[in-house]
Amino acid sequence: MIERTTRTLDERSHTAPFGFKALRYIFPDHWSFLLGEIALYCFIVLVATGTYLALFFDPSTAQTVYHGSYAPLNGAHMTEAYRSTVRLSLDVKAGLLIRQTHHWAADVFVAAIALHLMRIVFTGAFRKPRELTYYIGLTILGLALLEGYLGYSLVDDLLSGMGLAIGYGVALSIPLVGANLAALVWGGPFPGDPAFWSRMYIAHVFLLPILIATLIALHLFLVSSLHHTQFRGGRKTEKRLVGVPSFPGQAPRSLGLMFAVFAALFLLGGLVQINPIWIWGPYHVADSTNGAQPDWYLGWLIGALRLMPSFDVVIAGRTLVPNPFWGGALLPTAVFGGLFVWPALERRFTRDRHPHNLLDRPRDAPRRTAFATAVLTFLFIVFVAGSADRAYVLMGWSYATQIDVYRVGVFVVPVVSYWLAHRICVELLRNERVEASRHAAELEAEQAAGGG
Amino acid sequence: MPPVSRRALLAAAAVVVALLAANGLAAGGTGDAGGEQVSLIQRGAGLFAAGCSQCHGMNGAGKQKPGPVGGVNNTAGIGPSLRGVGALAADFYLRNGYMPLQSPYEQPRRSRVLFSERDLRALTAYVASLAPGPGIPHPDPAQGSVSKGLRLFTDNCAGCHQIATAGGYLPDSVAPPLEQDTPREIAEAVRIGPNLMPKFSKSLLSDRDVDSVIAYVQYARSPDDRGGWSLGHIGPVPEGLVAWFVAGIVLVAVTLTVGRRIA
Amino acid sequence: MRRLWRWILVAFVWRAAREEEPGEERPPRIVPDGAPSPRAELVVVALLGLAALSAVAFIAVYAFDRIPDQTQYLGIALGCAFGFLAAALIVAAHHLVVTEELEEEYGRPHPGEADRVARVVTESGGRLRRRRLLAGAAGVATTAIGLAAIVPAASLGPIYNLGRFTRTPWRRGRRLVDQNGRPIRAAEIHPAELFTAYPEHADPEQLGAPVVLVKLEPDQLHLPPGRKGWAADGIVAYSKICTHAGCAIGLYRTPLFPPVDKPPGLVCPCHYSTFDPETGGTVVYGPAGRALPQLPLTIDGSGNLRAAGNFSGPVGPSWWGVRNRRVSS
Repeated sequence: MIERTTRTLDERSHTAPFGFKALRYIFPDHWSFLLGEIALYCFIVLVATGTYLALFFDPSTAQTVYHGSYAPLNGAHMTEAYRSTVRLSLDVKAGLLIRQTHHWAADVFVAAIALHLMRIVFTGAFRKPRELTYYIGLTILGLALLEGYLGYSLVDDLLSGMGLAIGYGVALSIPLVGANLAALVWGGPFPGDPAFWSRMYIAHVFLLPILIATLIALHLFLVSSLHHTQFRGGRKTEKRLVGVPSFPGQAPRSLGLMFAVFAALFLLGGLVQINPIWIWGPYHVADSTNGAQPDWYLGWLIGALRLMPSFDVVIAGRTLVPNPFWGGALLPTAVFGGLFVWPALERRFTRDRHPHNLLDRPRDAPRRTAFATAVLTFLFIVFVAGSADRAYVLMGWSYATQIDVYRVGVFVVPVVSYWLAHRICVELLRNERVEASRHAAELEAEQAAGGG
Repeated sequence: MPPVSRRALLAAAAVVVALLAANGLAAGGTGDAGGEQVSLIQRGAGLFAAGCSQCHGMNGAGKQKPGPVGGVNNTAGIGPSLRGVGALAADFYLRNGYMPLQSPYEQPRRSRVLFSERDLRALTAYVASLAPGPGIPHPDPAQGSVSKGLRLFTDNCAGCHQIATAGGYLPDSVAPPLEQDTPREIAEAVRIGPNLMPKFSKSLLSDRDVDSVIAYVQYARSPDDRGGWSLGHIGPVPEGLVAWFVAGIVLVAVTLTVGRRIA
Repeated sequence: MRRLWRWILVAFVWRAAREEEPGEERPPRIVPDGAPSPRAELVVVALLGLAALSAVAFIAVYAFDRIPDQTQYLGIALGCAFGFLAAALIVAAHHLVVTEELEEEYGRPHPGEADRVARVVTESGGRLRRRRLLAGAAGVATTAIGLAAIVPAASLGPIYNLGRFTRTPWRRGRRLVDQNGRPIRAAEIHPAELFTAYPEHADPEQLGAPVVLVKLEPDQLHLPPGRKGWAADGIVAYSKICTHAGCAIGLYRTPLFPPVDKPPGLVCPCHYSTFDPETGGTVVYGPAGRALPQLPLTIDGSGNLRAAGNFSGPVGPSWWGVRNRRVSS
């Protein structure tokens, strides 16, 4: 029966050799190699739930007055975009489950990419010959941030409106071309042309998902064509790959992980409320709420915007660089730029131009590990600064003091963490060397005793 | 109120009531009140002189500058005049425990009420007797509409108190969450503008508007959380924590059961 | 009948023989054999059964209307279905699937092939004599066509015409109204209150429209020189849109007892930029780099507030050269 199927298929496609190779494709086995898979499975959930939502969502800024099942909004002026989202949340059966799962999947998607990226950096997996794979992965991360921001903005609730206003402020602040760029994107001054909603919508449901899907395909193609990296040990060498075949060994594990991701996301979607837009109410230009925050993956940008001291760069009475540029545009550009040039910089500093299939353990490259730790602590502090107002309300820590502490900490703590991480790596390596030489000495003594 | 420590206040109150009763009486001119009212004001005057006058001055005239250190509490206080604030303000500040304050420089916060019901009424009556002022409001949230309240709250209150009444920050103070406030306290706060809060006159928010705002605040304490666990209605910060520390940990644990743990 | 039986028997034996025949010379196994684990099989079957049950429960919860907390039950049912499926697969992976460790050489670069690709490209141009000229022409054509393809994007917005960024609906004589369109009388505004006002007969959903009104005591007013008379009876008006990132100024910090409380401030809740209404909207805290634009006010004969002109500067977030721009109506 199975033979007949494979033969029939091969006769009509001549792909049996490829099929055999695919089934016996080797996966080196380590838990940390599965983090990227979590992101992939989140993306599947995002596409599936997003398609369902698109069947009910109306991306229109047409003004309407709410008369629906949710009494507290009765008589409120709002856009069709917001009204249709309230309707799909509260009146469409299973709509809220799907919407919340979509939002949780977005939050976990970016978190999984971030974890995956950390694994890649700390183990040196980006080194030759895998730079292209790494660049594509970084691009996916950047697009995912934009995609998430658009999804948050499309709803036109109070938080999305404030988020869009800030995005507009950051766009305007780009030196020289900011206002022209904002004019182009928004179709005029904020809140922009009604067509701006169509632009966000086509980007969110078509352009960016297609682009992300294509890049994921390319990313996976490069991964499989170059084969996985692996940790040192056993019979693994730079030239020999050791691992589990995709079938039967890896398939049930990966599928198991995929369904575990689905389970986690749908359980969160059903049990933990996320972005209850009917409570936030609709957005109007003159409305705002205290403690508005972006989704977590843009938290570092709001943190940076709040940490910047008050100044515009003004020369001879002419504004050159408005304040939001530093935190909102320069910081993300610098972070992504830094990540993009990292492989080239490391090649230059280490003078290592050889291809690598064996991964470093973090301790094997103390300077890389220390530097990556420093960058992470920097971003973490900026990120935490973004929720300083909530910390004040909940814990009573003065906001102004927190901001001052973070302004110092953002420079001091990374230096300390660099030193600490470097020290730990070096100590671990030294211990290993001592251990190894003792082991060798014992062996020698044993042999000597045996010989004598 | 005064920068007295609570311990000092209690001790002082117990000792000095009798001594100062006569002194306080002289200021409380309320000839039109009945006998019971007069005795209430007398009692309030005594309590005021003992516990409040350090900051609010004798007879509630207020102190714009710290007076000489000394007197019953050994502390110098400053505080606004209470003439004309009426029963409205006295009732608000005393019943939510905002007064007495440890130090006039700290933000009043909801705390344990140190006075008995009788003392509260006495102090309120005394403050009201200082000069004509607004009385205690009697809001009726049942007369208000939640949807109108939401709109008014968004326009006037959400900037500080957060749209779901979870409280918020303003430099450099806290707009408290509105979880415990009674309708009367809300109606009072709207008219007083305690601490750094603006005032809302009847031309800005009518009494009926205030009823709606209260109806919304009461609704927002347990709104329609159809999505499940509400995470306190404060948006993306706790959501991010759940994404990382619930989903993240669970899914990494799954990778650990699926994949090899050592290289 | 007997004959039929014989035929069947023959057919059966022949069939068996045929099946056995290749078995004799069957190639060695590709996937190694392992010990069976009937218990694990039972566990997997049970888990799959639970997954099916949960999925059915999802359908049932979906089908029944008016279940309280329907979203939660739907989530639990669907989550459990996927969770049991995941558990079944993971148990199968650990106990039912053969664990093999395969080895393979990593691929290598193919310099020879790469060279041949390059040769195909170069040799294909063998007939070309004016290569540079051709390359230049092709480059020019590509660039021009590329530009032609991009240029229509300029229709997306007024890319060169930034006039709209400095235009506001305010002009001399325009009345201030509340959000219901009712004119605001100066006498309605008392100290320590925050009013939001809009221009009469204008779209309120534009950055230039909303203003905040606060009333200050005469000794509190320290407006910059040149703004004499911008306050009407102590009432000052500022744009409600923060000059930092465009959120609405939703907070008015106003001290009840000035000797101990913070001075008055208009605060944006996004990044807590704080502007001083007493000194013309200057920044006193937070990241904003430019003062709030002020709107001059006047009181007309019937006591209503009217604009006495346009804002002191462009409204909303700053951009390159914003300080040199004037607002227009």
